Amino acid sequence: MTGIYLAGGFGLSALLFFNRNKIIRYLLITTFLLLQIGFTVYEYLHPGTTELTYFSADSLAILLLVTLTIISIPAFYHSYVYLSSKQDNPKHTAIYYASMAALLTAINAAYLSNNIAVTWIFVELTTLAASALIYHRRNNRSLEGTWKYVFVCAISITLVFIGILFLSFSLPQAGTDDLSFNNLLKKASRLNVFWLRLAFIFIFTGFTAKLGLVPMYTAGIDAKDKAPSPAGALLSSVLMNVGFVGIFRFYIVIANSPIHSWANHVILIAAMLSIFVATVYMTRVKNIKRMFAYSSIEHAGIIMLGLVAGGVGYYAAILHVILHAFVKSSLFFQQGQIYRIYQSKSIYDVGNYFKYNLTGAIVMLLAFFFATAMPPSGLFISEFMIFRSLFEANYLWILIVVMLLLTVIIWAFGKNIFKLLFTPAVDFKEDNIERINPAESISQFILLGLVVYLGLNPPQEFITLIQEAIKNLPQ
Amino acid sequence: MTNVLLIIFAITLLYLGIAHRLLTYIKILALQGVLLFGIAFIELIEINAANLTFVLLETIVIKGIAIPLFLNYVMKRNRITRDAEPFLPNFVSLIIITLIIIATFILSNAIDDSRISKIYFVVALSTLFTGLYIIVTRHKIITHVMGYLIIENGVFILSLALGNEMPALVNLGILLDVFASVFLLGIFVNRVGDVLKDVDVDQLKSLKD
Repeated sequence: MTGIYLAGGFGLSALLFFNRNKIIRYLLITTFLLLQIGFTVYEYLHPGTTELTYFSADSLAILLLVTLTIISIPAFYHSYVYLSSKQDNPKHTAIYYASMAALLTAINAAYLSNNIAVTWIFVELTTLAASALIYHRRNNRSLEGTWKYVFVCAISITLVFIGILFLSFSLPQAGTDDLSFNNLLKKASRLNVFWLRLAFIFIFTGFTAKLGLVPMYTAGIDAKDKAPSPAGALLSSVLMNVGFVGIFRFYIVIANSPIHSWANHVILIAAMLSIFVATVYMTRVKNIKRMFAYSSIEHAGIIMLGLVAGGVGYYAAILHVILHAFVKSSLFFQQGQIYRIYQSKSIYDVGNYFKYNLTGAIVMLLAFFFATAMPPSGLFISEFMIFRSLFEANYLWILIVVMLLLTVIIWAFGKNIFKLLFTPAVDFKEDNIERINPAESISQFILLGLVVYLGLNPPQEFITLIQEAIKNLPQ
Repeated sequence: MTNVLLIIFAITLLYLGIAHRLLTYIKILALQGVLLFGIAFIELIEINAANLTFVLLETIVIKGIAIPLFLNYVMKRNRITRDAEPFLPNFVSLIIITLIIIATFILSNAIDDSRISKIYFVVALSTLFTGLYIIVTRHKIITHVMGYLIIENGVFILSLALGNEMPALVNLGILLDVFASVFLLGIFVNRVGDVLKDVDVDQLKSLKD
C-alpha cells in the first residue's frame, strides 16, 4: 500500500503539473485527497506493518499521518479560495497544486520511514516542494524568502548527512551496519560514544531547520511569511512535525545510550534559547504572519522541554505536537481572510476586524486563546503536563524562567490581536472591501473543536497510540 | 597515494583563501573534483564495479566538469563582476584557514578509533569549515553557492572514509550533491539573475523584523 501511495502521490503531482484544464485539476485533487484518506485509514487499520523494507506504520507515524490528513483537506480548500480570488496564471496555479501534493506525499513518507537515511531523503524532497510553494507570488521578496529557505535548508540537510556519517562511524564497535531506528535502538548501549555525540549534535542541528528551533529557525520564519497562507499553514504545522519526527526517533536511540543526560542538556539549551528568541521577536514584530511563525518557535521549544523533562513530559510532548499543528494551521488559514480585507499583513494597517468579518474575528479570538494555551484549549493540558514534569524533574529554575517568558509572549500576542480585533484602523477605506463568506471559517472551527476534544476528553484509542509511541523511552 | 591527494586537497583550501577572481574559484572547484576522482578511485577499488563507475563518473563529470562549466555560464550570463569581494583582506583569510586546519588537527587527536584514518577526518572537517568561512565572508550570492559546493566536497571526503564498508552512504552523498546542485544552481540561473540584476547579498535584506 505504501508503494501504491507513493507512486500515486508523486504521479498525481506530476499530472497536476502538466495539466492546464480546470475540471481535470479538481478531479486530480479529489483523487489525491481520496488516496490520502484511504492510505491513512489503511495504515490505521494495519499498525506495525513494514512495507518496502523502509516504511513501517508505527504509532507515532499513524498519529501524525491522521493529523496531516485532517489538515490537508482544508489546506486544499483554502488554496482553492486563495487562487480563485485573483486572476492567476494557469501555469503558476498548476505548479502550486503540484508542489502541494508532492509536499504532502514526501511528508507522509518521512513520517513512515524507519531508517534514518530514508527519512533524510524525504526531508530533502520536502524542501524542494516547499520552495516552489514559497516562490508562488514571484516577486522580489518571495524570491528572497525562497532563496534563504533553500540555502539554509540545504546547509542543514548537509549537517544531517554529516551526522549520519558520524553515526555510521559509531556502528562498527557494535558490530552492525544497519541504520534503521529499530536496529540502532537495540545496539544503542554499545555504540561508540565519541561518534554518537558528534552525530547527535549534527543531526539535531540539521533537523532544527524544519522544526524551528535555535539555531536554524531563521529560514522557516521568512518562508512562512512569504508563502501563501494555506501553504504557510502546512509549513508551520505538518512540515514542523517532520523535523520533530527526525529528532524524536533519533532521541529514542540516544535516550537508551550512555549519553542521554548529555543530550538532554544540549536540547535544553536549544529549547530555552528558542523560547527566549521567540519572546524577543514577539514583542517587536509588526507582521501578523511572522508573529504566528515566532509563536511556532515558542511551541517547538516547549515540546523539546517536554522531552528533556521526561516522565509525563514525553506524553505531553507528543500531545502538544499534534494539538499545536491544529491550532497553528487554523490561525494561518484565517490569516488569508485578513489579508483579503485589509490587503496588508502589517499590524499598523489592520483593526476593527469584528466590524468587517464577524465569523473570522470570532475564530481569530478563539485561536488566540488556544495558541496561548488558555483553557479550554488542549494546549493548556499539554503545557500544564510539561510544566509538571519539569517540576518533578527538578528543573525549577528553568520552569520559572519559561513561565516568565511565556507571560511576555501572551502579552505581546494579545496586544497585537486586540489591536486587530478592536482598535479602529488608521486611514482604512471601507468602500469596496471584500465580503467574506462565513462558510470559509467552518474548517477552522472544526480544527479548534478537535483541539478541545483531544485535550479535555481524549478517546482511549488516542491515548494508547501516544503511549505506544513513547514506550521505548526510559521512564 | 591517497595521502598525497588529500594533502593537495588541503592546499587548494589555502589557495582559495588568497584567490581574487571568481574564475580562480571555479578552477579550484574543478581541480577539487579531479582530486576527489583520484581519491575515490584508489579508496573504493574494492566495491562492485557498477557502483564504482557511478561514483567515478559523478566526481569527474559532475564535480570536475559540469558544475564549473555551469558556474562559468552563470557568471557570463548574469555579467557578474570578476572580483570575489571578500569582507576581509586575503592575508587574514589565509591565516584563518590555516588556523582552521590546525584546529581540526588538534581535534582529530581526540579520536581513539583505529578504523578511521585521521587524515580523512582532518581534511574533511577543514574543508567543511573553510566552506562555511567562504560563505560568511564573501559578498556575492554566487560565492555563497561556491562555498556550499566546497562544503559538499568535504562531506564527500568524509563519506569516503567509510566507503568500503558502507558504499550506500557514498551514494547518498552523491544524491545530496545532485539535489543541491539542481536546487541552488537551478534557482540561481532561472530567477535570481532575472529579478536582481547585479547579484549581491545586500539586495536580499528586506525580510527582517
